[in-house]
Amino acid sequence: MSEPVWEARVAAYRYPGGTQDAVVDVDCTIAPGQLTALLGPNGAGKSTFARLLLGLVHPTRGDVLYGGRSAGAWPREAMARRVGFVPQGEETAFPLRARDVVAMGRYPHLGPWRAEGPDDARIIAAALADVEATEFAGRRFDSLSGGERQRIRIARALAQQGEALVLDEPSAGLDVRHEVELFVLCHRLVRAGRTVVIVTHNLTLAARLADRVLLFDRGRLAVAGAPRDVLTEATLSRVYSWPVEVVRHPGPGPDAGSPLVVPRIGQIGGTDAI
Amino acid sequence: MTAREPAALPRIAFLTLLLVAAVLVAVRIGAVGIGTGDIVRALFGDGDERTLAIVRGLRAPRVVLAALCGGALALSGMTFQALLRNPLADPFILGVSSGAATGSVAAVVLHLDQVGPWVIPTAAFLGAVCAVLLVFRVATAPGRVLNPQTLLLAGVIVGAFGNAAILLFLTFADVESFRSAVFWMMGSLAGATWQYAALLGIPLAIAATLLFGFARSLNLLAVGEATAAALGVQVERVKYLCFALAALLAGIAVAVSGVIGFVGLVVPHAVRLLWGSDHRLLIPCTALLGATFLVLADATARTAAAPGELPIGVITAFVGVPFFIVLLRRRDV
Repeated sequence: MSEPVWEARVAAYRYPGGTQDAVVDVDCTIAPGQLTALLGPNGAGKSTFARLLLGLVHPTRGDVLYGGRSAGAWPREAMARRVGFVPQGEETAFPLRARDVVAMGRYPHLGPWRAEGPDDARIIAAALADVEATEFAGRRFDSLSGGERQRIRIARALAQQGEALVLDEPSAGLDVRHEVELFVLCHRLVRAGRTVVIVTHNLTLAARLADRVLLFDRGRLAVAGAPRDVLTEATLSRVYSWPVEVVRHPGPGPDAGSPLVVPRIGQIGGTDAI
Repeated sequence: MTAREPAALPRIAFLTLLLVAAVLVAVRIGAVGIGTGDIVRALFGDGDERTLAIVRGLRAPRVVLAALCGGALALSGMTFQALLRNPLADPFILGVSSGAATGSVAAVVLHLDQVGPWVIPTAAFLGAVCAVLLVFRVATAPGRVLNPQTLLLAGVIVGAFGNAAILLFLTFADVESFRSAVFWMMGSLAGATWQYAALLGIPLAIAATLLFGFARSLNLLAVGEATAAALGVQVERVKYLCFALAALLAGIAVAVSGVIGFVGLVVPHAVRLLWGSDHRLLIPCTALLGATFLVLADATARTAAAPGELPIGVITAFVGVPFFIVLLRRRDV
């Protein structure tokens, strides 16, 4: 395997003023050309780990290397040309057209003064087409539905044209079709040679499409590996504190045999299942 | 961004022409009637002594100061709105106005204003600087990043304290001081001189240039700090610098003209609603429209009830509020 894109040796990360470490003893690498899913319950440290990868925050003890260099030591614009990012939730209080939001992905390439050229316009158009957002590109961003907005933000990260992409719960608020399409898009980007890291709660899609999963549990890495090997009923039930079953897709078709992660619901109104 | 390239220059040119027209009209109208030709000649230093004295000594400095104040307040408000991601932010959101008012009222009540005409602006500016420093001190705990929400709250608190201090000073003021303190707080450009214009014009030129250099960073910060950081903005550095520039503009404007409301709130909004939120277009347009707005407001304030003067804040509010309502209702916000 070629050199890893990221090498994380995080002994601890604690938010300023925090009372406990958000990430503890996470040692792992992220390989190029793979789709890596960061999984785990709410508050397990997935998003914090994503921010560590981008160098937006720096480990209290330890280091995260991107391309052999400390992620926090990269000049911010240089990092932005290499790694696209879709953060979790953002609020713009002002009128912007959807296309303007996507065009922001070109800023790290343009610097403060240079105007958008024909190449940038082409890249923006391609990014919009990738998320099937061309038809509402001219509409006001704040008039779009949650799913449309999310796709525009993903297009913005695509317009950054980095070799890698980090997405923090990009499918939150998307319906089934758009969520699956998003994962398929990530898969396609990976096949085209990009490295994609995706924070998600959709265990089934991660199991089906990710090359590798990192399962976080209270700031620590519970397991890391190929989804078929590590996403077992016992591990998932323990980490999520809820009984889940991993069943095989009955087929027919290309989905046959792929793992489906299903939570047990049990007797409604009771707690028998637990 | 695409819409910008063809449309930006005509828009800026249009607003520049509007400002020039407003300036000419404002210099022309007044107690003494002077023809437009004489005005233009006088501005270039040609004409009889009386016309020169009125145009170049009285009206021109006042109109220029109005333009500079309008531009400074509008830019300041626009910057705070972007940094705080709050459309309701105005130049005085960090306690600048109440700090400046506290300083100037203190100077009036303690009769320091008899020392010289520069005392009140100086006291006002120092008050504004103290208020902003206090707000930042309150809002930033050691080791933490600057949080817009905390900053807003700190601004409200320091502002409330400043208002209490003003009331305390006024309680002990004699009638004459009380009157002049209240007049100062209403805002007026009646004391305009070329010195004041230079005092505001030079920092305004520098701040506007720097802000324009940060236009793309401001676009990104208006969306979110994590987004801006991930797209290459050095968030903390840009934030502190832009906050400082916006507070400085508001502080100097307040020092030379008192508290003039609504310009910093309404003008950036008007431009945003008309032409969008790209700061590369927003910055020049906001400065130009702010200048035009205050020039016309001041011309109205000094002529509508001649020989008396109306408080300029009344004009900006009377024009700004209906205009704002129309804009809000016209566009789906």
